[in-house]
Amino acid sequence: MSSPAVGIARTAPARLAAAHILVAVAAFGVAAMMGVLQGLSIADIEFPMRDESMYYMFVTAHGVLMALVFTTFFIMGLGYALCYAQFGRIVGMKAAWFAFWLALAGTVAAAYTILTGQSTVLYTFYPPMQAHPAFYIGATLLVIGSWIWGGVTIASYRSWKRDNPGSPAPMAMHGMLATIIVWYLATAGLAAEVLFMLIPWSLGWVATIDPVVARTLFWWFGHPLVYFWLLPAYVLWYTVMPRIAGGRLFSEKLARMVFILFVVLSTPVGFHHQFADPGISANWKFVHTITTFAILFPSFVTAFTVIASLEVAGRLKGATGLFNWIGTLPWRDPFFAAMALAMLSFAFGGFGGAINAAYGMNAMVHNTAWIMGHFHVTLGTTAALTFMGATYWLMPRLLGRELRLTALARIQPWLWFIGMAIFSTSFHIAGLRGLPRRVYSASLAGDQGAAWSGLATLGAVGGVVLFVSAMAFVAVVVATWTSGRKVEGPAFEFAVALEPVNTPGVWDRLGMWAVVGIVLIILAYGYPLVTLIMTPRFGSPPFQPF
Amino acid sequence: MSVNVYEKVWMWGAGGLIVLFVAAIGITAVTQAVQPPSHIETIDPATLADHPEFGDPQVHTTADGKIVVPVVAEMFQFRPDPIEVPAHTPITFRITSGDVVHGFEIVGTNANAMAIPGYVSQFTVSFQKAGDYDIVCNEFCGVMHHMMVGTITVKGEHP
Repeated sequence: MSSPAVGIARTAPARLAAAHILVAVAAFGVAAMMGVLQGLSIADIEFPMRDESMYYMFVTAHGVLMALVFTTFFIMGLGYALCYAQFGRIVGMKAAWFAFWLALAGTVAAAYTILTGQSTVLYTFYPPMQAHPAFYIGATLLVIGSWIWGGVTIASYRSWKRDNPGSPAPMAMHGMLATIIVWYLATAGLAAEVLFMLIPWSLGWVATIDPVVARTLFWWFGHPLVYFWLLPAYVLWYTVMPRIAGGRLFSEKLARMVFILFVVLSTPVGFHHQFADPGISANWKFVHTITTFAILFPSFVTAFTVIASLEVAGRLKGATGLFNWIGTLPWRDPFFAAMALAMLSFAFGGFGGAINAAYGMNAMVHNTAWIMGHFHVTLGTTAALTFMGATYWLMPRLLGRELRLTALARIQPWLWFIGMAIFSTSFHIAGLRGLPRRVYSASLAGDQGAAWSGLATLGAVGGVVLFVSAMAFVAVVVATWTSGRKVEGPAFEFAVALEPVNTPGVWDRLGMWAVVGIVLIILAYGYPLVTLIMTPRFGSPPFQPF
Repeated sequence: MSVNVYEKVWMWGAGGLIVLFVAAIGITAVTQAVQPPSHIETIDPATLADHPEFGDPQVHTTADGKIVVPVVAEMFQFRPDPIEVPAHTPITFRITSGDVVHGFEIVGTNANAMAIPGYVSQFTVSFQKAGDYDIVCNEFCGVMHHMMVGTITVKGEHP
């Protein structure tokens, strides 16, 4: 896998990618402010204008902006940058810019209805709680924008393939193409829920809605959504991190396999979010439990391959001991530190995830603060901290500007990691003690309040540290963007494999694996969904209790 | 290309661990009925007020001696409240919602199920310890969600 020697800074595709990253960082900054206020509110720490309506509105905005807007825009931007760096082309620049504006318009529309208090339905928007129609339509436009991004990327791949017959897609783009397939499979469920159920119901065209069918379609989307966040992080861990560390990709073939396993297994797992739901049989929940545990496998392989790739770096620098290679790694590089700490967080995230997925044990943690603790070490650190580190790596390469405030950038990932360790551990424990998630105040909820409030206060301390880290990140981005010294943008360089894959193998047959993924979705969802729809059901009218 | 021997060992180990996890879950599900609440029964939420079971939900004992607790979750309370049941006895909870989606979590236990309008959640648990337990709503249901708390009083004597 060769890397182009010239940079792409300030080219038209670089500007396209940078525009996406800018929206992502803006969404992140706003959402981070709301996040810290939520943390204070749960701990019952007073601040001006604190009230229940504002708290739940902030929960909604924080979730939508972090989980849907920050991630989607960042991944699209990263995807365009990698596509241009590895394929040397973006086929459909006009379509790509159209998609950007469409997604941005959708985001603004949805955000407006949230911030004006008309769509306090959280990012899961379970009916029969009903948002303003513009919330659902705005979210749809964001997703359609991302579909166009996927189409542009696939068109670029096909064009590259014509010029390079007999070559597999370079490793980073192999991972991004897998990400796009996961996204298409996932968003099919969301599209069915939003287009056929939520939008007609919110416009008053139909009077009632079935909450369980809607939840099932939502979680068809909702779990692979986490792999849509995770796979781009894996792309960076496999292909960029070893390069920055001075190592080699340990096993390219297995890395290619890992992405394909996610294509196949990401979606037929959603019932593990609905263990506590009526209307779905225990047997089908067990089937989804098996697939959920199976999807641990590619992450186990990733842990080995990425760490082995970093060990290669240490050995090349002369380390000979069992562990002393770890010290030779470039911990002072903010990109590297962010990636490495994100990986460490994922070890804890995976541990908690196995508990959540455990069919019977799930009842101990379902919808408690444990879940909030869990997704803040996974999405909130594994993905988000990787994306923050990647932003430090991308900006000089896209903008042709040197990173500014480097001292701040260097400590920022550590602050995030420490803040999250405090925040997440507190809420994991509070959840085990029964604290429900998403409460305005932990001390108001029952007689248990006193037992929870100490942990909630500790969580708020973690939240403040996270907020400081988030603002440091935003400050570095703004300073670099506006006043970073202009330089020749460095080239995009990727880790060379110890044994490069030069001819396409079974793991490069993306289309075939996509079909396998579709078949598994039909097997996992077909029967339970059809049975549910055939059952005599009673819909619900809308409610807006916010 | 060949796969590195350490990586092979790692992959077999990871695969073995996953098989072990799934087997542990499967065996406890079959032998000890450790299963999530997965009852399939629908109900018209518009008719709850006049419903024989959920119109005025009360703890009752069925003809075959089972103790059944019908519960209506609604903004922002659980009915009946408080609920009084004996310890060391299988108690069957039947839960539905009169409006939006709620959660029904008995703090300190593994009794945890969604209350969804149009459906009845059902599960059976035994309380091993007498005393007062909090029921909290663990799904966002509106602006007073955090105030939605009920009580279960478990009476100590054997039935």
